Amino acid sequence: MVSAIALMAVPVSAADTRIALVVKSLGNGFFDAAAKGAEQAAAELGGIEIIYTGPTSATAEGQIEIINALIAQQVDAIAISANDPDALVPALKKAMDRGIAVISWDSGVAAEGRQMHLNPSDTALIGETIFKLAADYLPDGGQVAILSASSTAANQNSWIDAGKEALPTMFPNIELVATVYGDDDSVKSTDEAKGLIASYPDLKAIIAPTTVGVVAAAQVVTDMGLIGKINVTGLALPSEFKQFIDSGASQAVALWNPIDLGYSAVYIANALATGTATAEPGSTISIGHVGEITLDDATSAAMAAPFTFDASNIEEFSKIY
Amino acid sequence: MSDTQIRRIPDRLDNPLRSAIFSWQSLLLLVATAIFVANSLATPYFLNPWSISDATFNFTEKALIALAMALVIISGEIDLSVAAIIAFCSTMMGFALQFGVGTFGLVVIGITTGLLCGAFNGALVSGLRLPSIVVTIGTMSFFRGLSFIVLGDQAFKGYPSSFAYFGQGYVWWVVSFEVVLFLIMAVIFYFVLHRTSFGRQIFVIGNNPVTAEFSGVRVRRIKFLLFCLTGVMSGLAAVLLTSRLGSTRPSIATGWELEVITMVVLGGVSILGGAGSIIGVVLAALIMGLVTFGLGLLNVPGIVMSIVIGTLLIAVIALPILAGRLRARMER
Repeated sequence: MVSAIALMAVPVSAADTRIALVVKSLGNGFFDAAAKGAEQAAAELGGIEIIYTGPTSATAEGQIEIINALIAQQVDAIAISANDPDALVPALKKAMDRGIAVISWDSGVAAEGRQMHLNPSDTALIGETIFKLAADYLPDGGQVAILSASSTAANQNSWIDAGKEALPTMFPNIELVATVYGDDDSVKSTDEAKGLIASYPDLKAIIAPTTVGVVAAAQVVTDMGLIGKINVTGLALPSEFKQFIDSGASQAVALWNPIDLGYSAVYIANALATGTATAEPGSTISIGHVGEITLDDATSAAMAAPFTFDASNIEEFSKIY
Repeated sequence: MSDTQIRRIPDRLDNPLRSAIFSWQSLLLLVATAIFVANSLATPYFLNPWSISDATFNFTEKALIALAMALVIISGEIDLSVAAIIAFCSTMMGFALQFGVGTFGLVVIGITTGLLCGAFNGALVSGLRLPSIVVTIGTMSFFRGLSFIVLGDQAFKGYPSSFAYFGQGYVWWVVSFEVVLFLIMAVIFYFVLHRTSFGRQIFVIGNNPVTAEFSGVRVRRIKFLLFCLTGVMSGLAAVLLTSRLGSTRPSIATGWELEVITMVVLGGVSILGGAGSIIGVVLAALIMGLVTFGLGLLNVPGIVMSIVIGTLLIAVIALPILAGRLRARMER
């Protein structure tokens, strides 16, 4: 046992900046992809050791045990996707008290428990992106309709409103004819998609900013033999949606890119740990090839517009998540 | 005659030294020491008073419940609802917080809720004579279900800063309140189990409840009290954990019942009842804490950690049984 544990010990050179990427749980493709991005960032920056870790089951208590172990190892930074925004605060405060830079990404921690939070995207960028996905394949413009989740879903409503605001200036020849709600239910989404197609014979695209609706709409278009006539787009999981990109029912969809998220988290954690940036409202931090972020009043920031998946990359990403 | 050949007839099966060396506690102590040494060699961060202090937080709350669970299991019963009781106690504390209840009141509410949950279990087991495994599987869902009804996907937060002492405070230097409380409780439980007639009665019940009944032991009353006791200890653990997390969510302490039972079984308590010791349980808690923290320092993924704990459990349980068989074969 002694030798077994000793063998597992990883030699650490003192000069390295050690950044811990703590995820909700291990064995999740989304987070494995984020870890891949973190390693990319570490390779670019140099002198960084990434510690990719997380509990077996997605609990706050499990993450606290890991945070305690990371504090004891005197890591330089912790970048965490939290299982609970509140329960981790005392443990992360202790980490900050002992001089460790703490950021949250993907799933945030309450403001007093971290220096900054990195959102994958923000409302305005998502709103623009869902219309851009349709407009990119409609050079002459045309009618589009939205198939959303429930009418009370705060996320979807705010994205659609942001998109509508951008519509007149950014995509003047796109006409939004209807917004219907499939309640994130496959059957209802299917019925609503059929209804749209029946009501608007000139419909050129269906935009579904929800992973359930987008699959239902693409299935309807496929079943009714309308591939090539109506383009389905929106926010979709590459693994669920690959078949519709392959069949041509959809040209492109978008979602957050976990690789870029892990990559950016490491850039930010490194900047804060080495003191080349500070986490204050208004400060900007470079995130390598992804660009740069600006912290808002709540010291959180949006990484980028959702990442587009089309025929060129869906194969690769469908294996990840 | 000159040859005064003395034939030694042992007056007991094993001499005390020999039985002490081969006892379960010694084995656990050996394992704990080995893990401690291994940790110290494997990582430069382990031998640091603050690290070891931080490590204790990983197991003290579970170990507190394990003390009471040991008594329940020795009596031949089991309580699978302890983690759900934590969730319900924590929810009730958070609920009281909304009405401005202070630190002292919160502690009283947490422990009282635990007592009531335990009494509910005890009444079903002793009063209605239902099997405890069935009862507590039911109340496991029931208590956690109540917490989910109250909270849904929300959280209670904003506990007073004085409340944070129980799960985050230090009595002296690196010695946390949690550790001190655990050590005091361990001593109390040791005396109750090994030095009082109440403790002897628990062993008797576990070995043979019918004999116990006919010997005048009030079996059902004692079992009821034991379930109340696990309830109280779960309530106490809920106070500590809620204080440590500074918030309540209905998913708090998910899966802890199995970790608590693992500690008890690793500590040499027979899962069939009738045998076990508090020292064993304390050592087992220490071992589990050291192993998880040591592996954590090496950034071993949690999945591997579960495998190590599982292997340890099977090894520690199988070793004495195999050794016993080997000895029996050699003596034949």
